[in-house]
Amino acid sequence: MEHGRFGEFGGLYIPETLMRTLQELEESYEHYKNDPAFVEELNWLLANYAGRPSLLYYAENLTKEVGGAKIYLKREDLNHTGSHKINNVLGQALLAKRMGKTRIIAETGAGQHGVASATVAALMNMECEVFMGKTDTERQALNVYRMRLLGAEVHPVTTGTMTLKDAVNETMREWSRRVSDTHYIIGSAMGPHPFPMMVRDFQSVIGKEIRAQLRQTEDCLPDAVVACVGGGSNAIGTFYDFIDAPSVRLIGVEAAGEGLDTGRHAAAIGRGTVGIFHGMKSIFCQDEFGQIDEVYSISAGMDYPGIGPEHAHLHTIGRAEYVPITDEEAVTAFEHLSRSEGIIPAIESAHAVAHAVKLAREMGKDQRIVVCLSGRGDKDVAAIARYRGETLYD
Amino acid sequence: MIKIQEAFRNQHKAFIAYLMAGDPNLPSSAAYILTAQEAGADLIEIGIPFSDPIAEGEVIQAASQRALRAGTRLDGIFDMVASIKDQMRVPMVFMTYLNPVFVYGYDRFFARCVEIGICGIIIPDMPFEEQDEARQIAKKYGIEVVTLVAPTSASRTAEIARRAEGFLYLVSSMGVTGVRAEITTDLSAIVADIRKETDIPVAIGFGIATPEQARQNAQIADGVIIGSAIVRIIAEHGAHAKQPLYDYIKSIKDAITQL
Repeated sequence: MEHGRFGEFGGLYIPETLMRTLQELEESYEHYKNDPAFVEELNWLLANYAGRPSLLYYAENLTKEVGGAKIYLKREDLNHTGSHKINNVLGQALLAKRMGKTRIIAETGAGQHGVASATVAALMNMECEVFMGKTDTERQALNVYRMRLLGAEVHPVTTGTMTLKDAVNETMREWSRRVSDTHYIIGSAMGPHPFPMMVRDFQSVIGKEIRAQLRQTEDCLPDAVVACVGGGSNAIGTFYDFIDAPSVRLIGVEAAGEGLDTGRHAAAIGRGTVGIFHGMKSIFCQDEFGQIDEVYSISAGMDYPGIGPEHAHLHTIGRAEYVPITDEEAVTAFEHLSRSEGIIPAIESAHAVAHAVKLAREMGKDQRIVVCLSGRGDKDVAAIARYRGETLYD
Repeated sequence: MIKIQEAFRNQHKAFIAYLMAGDPNLPSSAAYILTAQEAGADLIEIGIPFSDPIAEGEVIQAASQRALRAGTRLDGIFDMVASIKDQMRVPMVFMTYLNPVFVYGYDRFFARCVEIGICGIIIPDMPFEEQDEARQIAKKYGIEVVTLVAPTSASRTAEIARRAEGFLYLVSSMGVTGVRAEITTDLSAIVADIRKETDIPVAIGFGIATPEQARQNAQIADGVIIGSAIVRIIAEHGAHAKQPLYDYIKSIKDAITQL
């Protein structure tokens, strides 16, 4: 895979100051991913610290209410720190340690990746600094405190639109200032090579477990797997093991915000065009002159103008489908799953649940859908209350 | 078209001045490019604003935002440069990020460059591994693609130097653009590594602001690049920056001319 290409997408479009660091990262990753001691330590941490394997839960109440295909939930929300983000952070932090780095930096939108990074930094006795758009630090004040509690320093980013894309910009800038002792843990399957490949590999445990768990309980493959997509790390982790199984539909759910035609959304595939940004050639929400759009979603974790390059490729070759779900549909699914199963999903994951419910109705009762429930919804409760008109702040 | 090599003719030290197109507006940019030429700049780097300039420090980021908010678009920048083309005696290059060029279309972009007298382009997020696509098309139009060398390039330096065209942009220090009190990188050693591979001129940029810094850096290379310090003068004086800009550029030019 030359410079990490997925068809025409991917690549390594980054300032020269960071090039050697990225090449060293690629070399180290290629070495350690096959190193038995590294693999064993990572697997130990996944089992004993993160709590893997996560459950594959048959949502019987939801299935009966919907009256179609059987809906399974892959419970990434039950991982330590409450989302799939920990899978990637453990892998990258362990790699950074092996590379002799003592400090990690990370961007965060909603705060899930920042919290996971701060957590693992505490565990591994590394310094941690998290960059978060100022707007997001205000929306997610509790997560900011959580990161501080874990020993991390949180830098509010006041440049640009003060959201996730600006947090990525600022973390890149910080990395270019100080590379020798610092590793940048990118939180999604995006950015310059080798990040999209490496993050995918660390997240692919999700799909591998789904496959093994469903084989054990029902001795079959799922008919469809559904996951929400911001940058796309839980989705690529869910899809990857099934790419070679053509009977399995791969469905990514993008944030349609207030609607794809309102200009207030974050649907890169739904409304974007090909571009080169944040180190990768992929698909982005942008104007006709290549200026990156300010995007919007109720979900801070999907409030990103692009999508990882492997998704752009899977979309282009027609292997995966990408569909939009609006704020309203996601909030409805958030409430629906809470009441019918007693599981409060992250608002990001609620986008996937919303689409799975639509899809299940169109499918037979003998078919199976697996939804990646990428995170838990505690962090979103106050925002959803406000969406429904209640004045509640965390 | 005036070529990049003109800026370095007769072995004299070149002063490369950067400014952001459209900050505070395009007519001012046209006037300031002419001012820079008049004050002694040997090459003008015209920044095309981008929404997310990851290699820039706060000063140029802010200029980029101001230019975009003022409604600056690529077609407007082309028209602005075209309007002063006939008055230019020194070469002009564009500096921007890859996305605006890619989205406009490489062929269409470089064809416009030729029409308006732009002879080169600097794209900080396009390392040599990713240059082929854009560079083949730029070559068709005679546009030179200037590459950057960084303090961290190390073993990459030789390959970058061998592929260089126009001039080599030597990044003085780690991090992003912006004024620095002190530059601690051993730049002479990097210049020596480059010299083993190519005779193409080397200009040092990132962090240079004072005449003394310009003199020191010009001593070890073929030229110096100043961006943030110029952009800051324009930020401070807006549409009335002509005189302070002239004075500043002349002070830098004088400092390196005696070398």
